[in-house]
Amino acid sequence: MNGAAVEVMGVEKVFGRGSEEEVTALSGVDLTIAPGEFVTLIGPSGCGKSTFLRLIGNLLEPTAGSVEVFGKSAHQARMDQDYGMVFQHAGLFDWRRVAANIELPLELRGWSKADRSDRSKEMLDLVKLPDFGGHYPRQLSGGMQQRVAIARALSFEPRLLLMDEPFGALDEMTREHMQGELLRIWHETGTTVVFVTHSISESAFLSNRVVVLSPRPGRIHSIVEIGLGERSEDTREDPRFFEASTEVREALRAVEDGS
Amino acid sequence: MPQSVHVSKPLRMVLTTLVAIGLVVLLWEGYKWVGQQTGDQIPGTDIDLLVTTDDLTMPHAKDILGELVSDIRDGRNTLPMSLYLLKKAWFTLQEAAIGFFLGLVVGLTLAVLMLRWRVVERGLLPWINVSQTIPLIALAPIIVTWGRLNDMPDLFSISLIAAYLTFFPVAVSALRGLQSPDAADVELMRSYAASWRTTLFKLRLPAARAYLFPALKIAATLSVVGAIVGEISIGTKTGLGRAILEFAQRYAVFPERLYASVIGAAFLGLSVFGLITLVERMFVGRTGEAAT
Ligand SMILES: Nc1ncnc2c1ncn2[C@@H]1O[C@H](COP(=O)(O)OP(=O)(O)OP(=O)(O)O)[C@@H](O)[C@H]1O
Ligand SMILES: [Mg+2]
Repeated sequence: MNGAAVEVMGVEKVFGRGSEEEVTALSGVDLTIAPGEFVTLIGPSGCGKSTFLRLIGNLLEPTAGSVEVFGKSAHQARMDQDYGMVFQHAGLFDWRRVAANIELPLELRGWSKADRSDRSKEMLDLVKLPDFGGHYPRQLSGGMQQRVAIARALSFEPRLLLMDEPFGALDEMTREHMQGELLRIWHETGTTVVFVTHSISESAFLSNRVVVLSPRPGRIHSIVEIGLGERSEDTREDPRFFEASTEVREALRAVEDGS
Repeated sequence: MPQSVHVSKPLRMVLTTLVAIGLVVLLWEGYKWVGQQTGDQIPGTDIDLLVTTDDLTMPHAKDILGELVSDIRDGRNTLPMSLYLLKKAWFTLQEAAIGFFLGLVVGLTLAVLMLRWRVVERGLLPWINVSQTIPLIALAPIIVTWGRLNDMPDLFSISLIAAYLTFFPVAVSALRGLQSPDAADVELMRSYAASWRTTLFKLRLPAARAYLFPALKIAATLSVVGAIVGEISIGTKTGLGRAILEFAQRYAVFPERLYASVIGAAFLGLSVFGLITLVERMFVGRTGEAAT
């Protein structure tokens, strides 16, 4: 056992095999993610980022290769409920109040009502929405809804957090605020995060490593190590942050140029 | 600017109903008055009106409404027409209610089966659609004959006829509602390792409510229609359908009575519609939409 959080080996994903619309979304992908690491996936649209994330989360099966999570198959990890997932769209159930949305995964795990309500209160504090448990999702702004979705994903302390452009629909200010919150939560919980984004600065600001994917078929083009240490809001004006962003940008340019 | 007056919701409903009734009466009497003036022709032309306006074809509104409070014989007793109709409606309501719940159970079951297995959906959905093209009038005697052969009370046969009408909107809308959640919502449940059943109860059924209730309102009124048609086509001894049939036969003598019984049927239909609306408020609750 090597103790990796995620171990992706020789993974290939082909959609619509044998049909006219056959697409090779990913090919020959190897990646190892350490426990507690924050890794972002970045690349041009359609290069297979979401597919990669879904393979790790066992929402898709690879055509070839294997995905292991905490030393077991991705399927087993899903059955053990090791995953917390957040998508671009908050995806709250609009007939449930905010607190009940956060408690949904706890309910499915058979937690008692009292424990659930204690935990959802804690989570609401964590995402800075202490007074909104009794609201319905539609009464919240997009950014607030996204924070509830994050609270829901974190409520059962998943060992692995998978996030697919969770801040994509937010305005710049809210987005930066949410990035700060996410890093704070990541620090407090020590969970492993795989994060998909389109934003160069977001990837540099958030992660330990940025995985740059190239399209058709999706491959890992390069991996950029970000050595920024602990982040704060000042990091955004730190020259080293600009250097890191530049490095990611150049890797992406190289992808576009096809080199 | 007219000052806006705050009127409570129930009161507003009563007021709109009264205004609506007033408008219908006004139209009815207006049309009748015009016809009387022109000798049943469209004013300024010599084209005949579609419906003649004599008192036999179109009794005065006040006579029809008056009929509702005047006495009628019911067996050995006499009682006001409105009570008489209410008694008959109570019987029809029971048939309709049984039919409604049968249709609900059958419709929901079909929808869940079609959701679970695509094959069932492909195989069944066309037949569910075809089922509604069979005229009820043709179907009713068949159902009743089968029922009598199996010693089933006529009341139950009529409920079956009502259920035949009601299961359709339930099945179709429930299926749409159960299929309505986003792929992302379904994936979320999968990521929690939720079983098909758990996903049904925690995600699909709650999401289906918004689709189901409008259909249930239609189904409720259809169950009344089914019950009345059922009564008429098999000749029961009581019920609103029976009353309508009797009054139709004696139309030449008492035209107002037929109109009064039609009002009774409409009242019953509206009542069940209102009942489902109330249940909807309890079950769907607030979802944070702006109050309208
Ligand atoms: N369920 C599917 N069926 C068929 N093809 C798919 C499916 N999902 C993804 N694809 C294809 O796989 C490729 C990669 O898609 P994917 O959604 O992973 O890209 P992405 O990097 O997330 O793009 P974006 O940045 O636009 O979200 C695309 O060519 C897409 O058309
Ligand atoms: Mg994507």
